[in-house]
Amino acid sequence: MLEIEIDGKALQVADGSTIIEAAHQLGTYIPHFCYHKKLSIAANCRMCLVQVEKAPKPMPACATIVTNGMKVFTHSDLAVKAQKAVMEFLLINHPLDCPICDQGGECQLQDLAVGYGESASKYEEEKRVVPDKDLGPLVSTDMTRCINCTRCIRFTAEIAGFMELGQAFRGERAEVMPFIGKTVDTELSGNLIDLCPVGALTSKPFRFSARTWELSRRKSVSPHDGLGSNLILQTKHDKVLRVLPLENEDINECWLTDKERFSYQGLNSPERLTRPMVKQGGEWKEVDWSVALDYTAHALRDVAKTHGGAAIGGLLSPHATLEEMYLAQKLLRGLGSENIDFRLRQNDFSADGKRQGTPWLGMKIADISRLDRVLVVGSFLRKDHPLIAQRLRQSAKRGAQVSVLHSADDDLLITLAARAIAAPSQLPVMLAQIVKAVSQLKGVAADAALAGIAVSAEAQAIAQSLVSGSNAGILLGNFAQQHSQAATLHALGRQLAVVLGGGFGFLGEAANSVGGYVVKATPGATGLNAAAMLNEPRQAYVVLGAEPELDCADGAQALATLSKAAAVVVLSPFKSQAMLDYAAVLLPVSPFSETSGSFVNAEGRVQSFYAAAKPLGEARPAWKVLRVLGNLLEVAGFEHNSSEDVRAEALGGNPDFVAGLDNGIDGVSLNLAAGVSGLERVADVPIHFADALVRRAPALQQARDSAAPTARMNAATLAKLGIGAGERVRVGAGATVILAAELDAGLPDGTVRVAAAHADSVALGAMSSVLSVEKA
Amino acid sequence: MALIDTINPLLTTGWAKGDAGWSLKDYEARGGYAQLKRVLASKMTPDDVIGEVKKSVLRGRGGAGFPTGLKWSFMPKAAPEKYVVCNTDEGEPGTFKDRDLLRFDPHSVIEGMIIAGYAVGAKLGYNYIHGEIFEIYQRFEAALDEARAAGYLGEKILGSDFSFDLFAHHGWGAYICGEETGLLESIEGKKGQPRYKPPFPANFGLYGKPTTINNTETFAAIPFILGMGGETYLNLGKPNNGGTKLFSVSGHVNRPGNYEVPMGTPFAKLLELAGGMRGGRRLKAVIPGGSSAPVLPAEVIMDCTMDYDSIAKAGSMLGSGAVIVMDETVCMVKALERLSYFYYEESCGQCTPCREGSGWLYRVVHRIEHGQGRAEDLDLLNRVTDNMMGKTICALADAAALPVRSFTKHFKSEFEYHIEHKKCLVDPEVQRAGSGFFRASSVTGAA
Repeated sequence: MLEIEIDGKALQVADGSTIIEAAHQLGTYIPHFCYHKKLSIAANCRMCLVQVEKAPKPMPACATIVTNGMKVFTHSDLAVKAQKAVMEFLLINHPLDCPICDQGGECQLQDLAVGYGESASKYEEEKRVVPDKDLGPLVSTDMTRCINCTRCIRFTAEIAGFMELGQAFRGERAEVMPFIGKTVDTELSGNLIDLCPVGALTSKPFRFSARTWELSRRKSVSPHDGLGSNLILQTKHDKVLRVLPLENEDINECWLTDKERFSYQGLNSPERLTRPMVKQGGEWKEVDWSVALDYTAHALRDVAKTHGGAAIGGLLSPHATLEEMYLAQKLLRGLGSENIDFRLRQNDFSADGKRQGTPWLGMKIADISRLDRVLVVGSFLRKDHPLIAQRLRQSAKRGAQVSVLHSADDDLLITLAARAIAAPSQLPVMLAQIVKAVSQLKGVAADAALAGIAVSAEAQAIAQSLVSGSNAGILLGNFAQQHSQAATLHALGRQLAVVLGGGFGFLGEAANSVGGYVVKATPGATGLNAAAMLNEPRQAYVVLGAEPELDCADGAQALATLSKAAAVVVLSPFKSQAMLDYAAVLLPVSPFSETSGSFVNAEGRVQSFYAAAKPLGEARPAWKVLRVLGNLLEVAGFEHNSSEDVRAEALGGNPDFVAGLDNGIDGVSLNLAAGVSGLERVADVPIHFADALVRRAPALQQARDSAAPTARMNAATLAKLGIGAGERVRVGAGATVILAAELDAGLPDGTVRVAAAHADSVALGAMSSVLSVEKA
Repeated sequence: MALIDTINPLLTTGWAKGDAGWSLKDYEARGGYAQLKRVLASKMTPDDVIGEVKKSVLRGRGGAGFPTGLKWSFMPKAAPEKYVVCNTDEGEPGTFKDRDLLRFDPHSVIEGMIIAGYAVGAKLGYNYIHGEIFEIYQRFEAALDEARAAGYLGEKILGSDFSFDLFAHHGWGAYICGEETGLLESIEGKKGQPRYKPPFPANFGLYGKPTTINNTETFAAIPFILGMGGETYLNLGKPNNGGTKLFSVSGHVNRPGNYEVPMGTPFAKLLELAGGMRGGRRLKAVIPGGSSAPVLPAEVIMDCTMDYDSIAKAGSMLGSGAVIVMDETVCMVKALERLSYFYYEESCGQCTPCREGSGWLYRVVHRIEHGQGRAEDLDLLNRVTDNMMGKTICALADAAALPVRSFTKHFKSEFEYHIEHKKCLVDPEVQRAGSGFFRASSVTGAA
């Protein structure tokens, strides 16, 4: 620790601190633009110049490392004169068009100009004009306002992992721009808007729609992936107009993914369901809530009476709130059904009944940053969990070794220590090899089931990396959980962690992937899981928040089964043509922004939120709808008066973290069979198609990450089939779809990658399957 | 080289045969590489070499005048990877000494760099040569090939345990790449922009490794220092200003060119070597150390000796030794406009005060020159320069500001005249004549 003095106040700071960090410790504000705590130090804006005793010149507080006994003056004449000088320079070429600038009212330059600027400019020459750039559908530019602080450039290079912006030209002509003909395509691009201290980079979907001071702010939680990013929803006239990150160092830090930031546009989608609807004689009619609820209760009671409760199935979205899932499972169980599931994209349910607790991340999210050896198994990490990828990217830069076992070699923009890329059917064997290699390196007897397995060079390299550290973590991604041998991957991953003495867990596909287990939105002993419910058609289905044709492991089958069911009750914020075809009643329920509720994120943290806006039209919070349905169906225990009551009942109180988290698993017989003939499908769930809300966000749908699915194969596979990249191909098992073939060098031999969750590929059926590909 | 007329030539001894004397055999005939052989054969320790350089009080010839031996001693001993970098980005207007050094005697620089590599424990060196002198870059490459073939570069040089290789790298003409950390960024393939210091290159240099960067002339002096001994070299000049120095004399003299003189030579003597004032006109002003050095009026410079301390005492800088001589036909406003345009054009754009200030200065000076000056402009220039100086990562902002301050200080009346009368104090006809493109006969004061 060093003893220093800032403006006469003595304090102790850690070795290596900068003046600005030390000042922050005291609560002393030093004006700055280019400095950002998460980015490297540029020291180029020069706004933070302060006086340091014995230094002949003012020093930049952001870049000056404190030394013992240093005396700093942040408000001395020398310091203030330097700061005012810099402010004058910043303003001479700035357009000062605050009245028409979207940043007006929340602009660092505007704010600081009040404190450090003159009332009139002495600059009477012509001002600089800088051409705007096309950065894509999300970030809008007004480059004339740019003050060249380079935060955006450093963000793309350091946080997003790929330098998509740079500063071209020199001196006064210096311009921030993307590569020629390119846009900024990182899944984290929206953070540029927050980072830009002026109005050069603003939100394309939001701009010109409101002034910051007109907006109401509500804290909320991301309804998308398992991270549970903290949000601020900004509303005007009960409409969410903007989403910003709520800083939480333990979860999303100060970042948001573009999905989290811009999916709010889906809340205002024209496909929002605003009135209850029932189908009578094949005709859809908008009806009052009382009619719709009576109709629903009758339908469900009839099926239960006639065919028994087991004739009803419940498909719950893993993006539904804890309260909604809890009441839905309680209602279904009240009707005598144990057919309840939220794991809609899961394939292999053989772990059910063998788990020792609720599967979870196995550690705190912040702990991921402390791992020094990481193996990510079966994950499109950068798109499925962009902010966890970001954490690992920073770890790798600090020396952590990250390895990957997967069926696609997508560029994670992380320097990998080792990788093994194998066809989906090979993943369990590869993981088994890693377990065996690590056991050998550690001198531990390996599982007898692995005796006959030969260790490949790739597996050996990963094992060697894993044993070389002191704090290893094994993380199973969405692809591993959707895998047809998911239970084997779970058991092997767990074994590996035990041998390593490290952490093990699941990244968590959706906002409530942990919560669903906690509230038992899973089949009872006699019940059917999500796949079985569709395999063995039921008379009636209750669908909560999901679009089964896009959200299930086999969308085609889901569509076919639901179409044949006697009664499908859909509680959804949106309507779609598919729903209109298969449903009997559509109940408009609130999306996350219009209801109170809770999500349990991957680390088991219960995060509750309030509604930020009134429900649109006659939509109502789903927990209220389910509560009333419970009453109408005369199921006991539906007396809740608030979502907090529901939460208290579901969790037995109001804990910060849920109980019963445990990734232990017993009695799984390892399925290491790898004999698959034909082209194996590698199915990713594209980032902007993963749930009903983001699918309806127009700006995101124009992003490069929203491109329509293609049939991607490596060069050898294409050659073997005699297909050239770009050619149209017929892909399918039973039903076929026509797609463009695309070369993807990162895929293993004998695989074809076709994205799921997209209308163009629904007909292909199961995410995990063997496909034929031929020239169309 | 008829233009060379020096006192005790040292660095320029090899220049006598002009373009015919640069090759390895010529250099060896002059005693070249003898010092490298001696250092390696006699097993002089690196510290011995640094000690000798310290004794010579050789000060960096690039402009800042930092003691070379001291700089070398900053290099961490234990680091496994280190670099030696030569700065031949000679971009300062008025400077052209390094170009001739590489043209006429490239091996002296190569030998100096190898010895420097030995002294600081580096195995790899780069010479960064600015882009406008491509033929010089080719010359240096040819010299490198010769040195490599002769075993002066490469593995286990001359049978010793010391290995060193050297590469030439040519820039694309950005002035800022002459700033040492901007140069390093440029070698690394990035946009040439100075880095914030500390850390200094001795700790975090090329590719993040400890690096010693010296000017071409500094390296060229090393073999001579080792040859004659540090003390003898020091005594060639004056205390704290050791050895000889190359001066690039340009402007209104009869024989512009490079002149090597001992440190401490009177300016008048240097002017005499350069053939005196062209057309016998009166000396008006001299920029003694490259365009960023403050201008000195005739009466001040005539009392100066050419060394770091004397020029500093007079209120300017010896800099890179680029002596720009201006006679009475020069309009100081126009001269300043040219200089300001240069710095406006060459600012890298990184730091706010320089990016914005350099353009502001140029525009105001441009306005004055074009008859649109205002009474308050001189105060404005003073204020803007004040706000620029000492507030940026590198010294370019100061380099842009110092000419403005010195021109408007020493020649204030000329600027005031310009503002008031919307025209030059020096008649345009006279200016044109002085530029040398017109016959001098019609010019007043011409001989």
